[in-house]
Amino acid sequence: MSCAQTFADYGLRSLGFGERLLPKEGFDLCQQAVLIGSGMIWNLYFGIVALFIGFFLANAVALAKASRNPWARKPAEWFVFIFRGSPLFIQFFMFYETFVLLPRVGIDIPLGFTTITLETGWLTKAWAGAMVVLCLNTAAYTGEIFYGALRAIPKGDLEAADAYGITGWHRFRRIVWPTMMRLAWPAYTNEAIFMFHATTLVFFSGFPAFQQKGDALYYASYFAAKTFNPFVAYPIVAAFFVVLTVLVISLFGMVYRHLNRHVPQNTRSRLKYRPQIIR
Amino acid sequence: MFASCADPKALEGISWLVCYLTTGKHLLFFVSFGTVLLLLAVTAPIALALGFGGAMATRSGFAPLRWLGRIYTAMTRGVPDIVFFLFVPIALDQGLEYLRHRIKCPDWTEPVRKGSDFVVCPAAKLPLSSAPEWEHQVYAFALAVVAFAIVFGAFAANVIHGAMNAVPKAQLETADAYGMSPRQTFRRILVPQMWVYALPGLTNLWMILIKATPLLFVLGIEDIVYWARELGGSKTTGASAYPHGDWRVYYFLVLLCFYLGMTRLSELVFARLYRRLSHGQATLAGEQLRKATT
Repeated sequence: MSCAQTFADYGLRSLGFGERLLPKEGFDLCQQAVLIGSGMIWNLYFGIVALFIGFFLANAVALAKASRNPWARKPAEWFVFIFRGSPLFIQFFMFYETFVLLPRVGIDIPLGFTTITLETGWLTKAWAGAMVVLCLNTAAYTGEIFYGALRAIPKGDLEAADAYGITGWHRFRRIVWPTMMRLAWPAYTNEAIFMFHATTLVFFSGFPAFQQKGDALYYASYFAAKTFNPFVAYPIVAAFFVVLTVLVISLFGMVYRHLNRHVPQNTRSRLKYRPQIIR
Repeated sequence: MFASCADPKALEGISWLVCYLTTGKHLLFFVSFGTVLLLLAVTAPIALALGFGGAMATRSGFAPLRWLGRIYTAMTRGVPDIVFFLFVPIALDQGLEYLRHRIKCPDWTEPVRKGSDFVVCPAAKLPLSSAPEWEHQVYAFALAVVAFAIVFGAFAANVIHGAMNAVPKAQLETADAYGMSPRQTFRRILVPQMWVYALPGLTNLWMILIKATPLLFVLGIEDIVYWARELGGSKTTGASAYPHGDWRVYYFLVLLCFYLGMTRLSELVFARLYRRLSHGQATLAGEQLRKATT
């Protein structure tokens, strides 16, 4: 079977298109690379959507944690503590078992004049259930990063804003938030990379791969189990992720340059990837 | 376990719970917490040693050793650690079996990799198929420890390498001026001062290590996650003396609290350790400690 044919059969297998059964024999390099690459679609989906939603949540968490009002601060502190202090793996299990316990038919919410039924079945599926966990998890980690950056905003910037009579929402929008982003960005880049790495845990942690539609690592472990040969499938996953990491770094690097465009050239710090520093 | 637990059906309330929580399987569940702690206790020093070796290798004057150190420290960047956890145990297992195969069965003619199979002679199996169950478990655990140590050693090498570079150059130059050899400078000046710079990174690493321990489950070891799923699943009257519904969520809640407690405790311990290490150091924290005492 030619590689083009394999690509047509398995290129979108992880979404349920193409060949129904996973390959049972052959297991050549092309087959493994195509199917694992197809699994990367899920990793990208989880990573991109979770980072997007998590970004907004994280801003709220950071502001709540920096708030003087204990009703906002305490919940944010606990949220960050729980999601940063426990393993993501356990969080996946925990949420999955909770979602399973929700009534299958949905929850009825009486509103007096009418009753709306909240469908809950979709939460046990990986595409939604795992996404909830990933969003909350990245919101906690990113929230902590943003909070740290918020506290590191130079006093002079804020005093200058005061001197110009910039206050309230205007001050936040024009002074505080951009500086916070600029300071947090290197650490946030790390978090983004970790987020993509964390997506490989989804199908190993309770969430079932419906009709064998799994992510890259799911297919890699399928091949490794079928061929008793870990030296092909796992390096392929590793290669895909190295490419993804490089893409993330260059993309975030572009944003970082944009955020730093007003800073004098010689004092700019370059975006470096330090994997061990944040988690 | 207790005599009063002989007839579980007659029990109610607290006494039922006490009997339920002291069944043989639950005792294994409690022991598996020890497995996690053991993994942490064994892995951390090995990973630290590997990291130290890796960092020394990257500073080495001998080029191939330096490249080896660079490759090792760069290895875990960009690739999810779970890939290594899945890869290293199988690769190591097959490597060891292959070596034993070459030594023990020199007159074995068939190839080891036959299609989709990996076949070594029976005498080279690890552990031997006649070995008792505990040997299989210890072997699986040892492979897991090696996998964890390699991955976290690479992380630690990154941290320690950075810390070695962070020690003020003036300190090393002074040692040089006093006529210390490079070896003496390394041992007496660089290493003692390096720790305070390495500690924040190593603290972080310890936290990551704690949070990586549930991955033992993926390696097929009967750890806390395995038992939580096993014991929490709903039991019917026929299958178990203690029937109950789906309690997995409560078991995982217990695990969550266990991990939260572990990370919180570590934070407190490391905060104290940092204070100790900052004593007499040429850093802001060291300066503050000095001022506080005088």
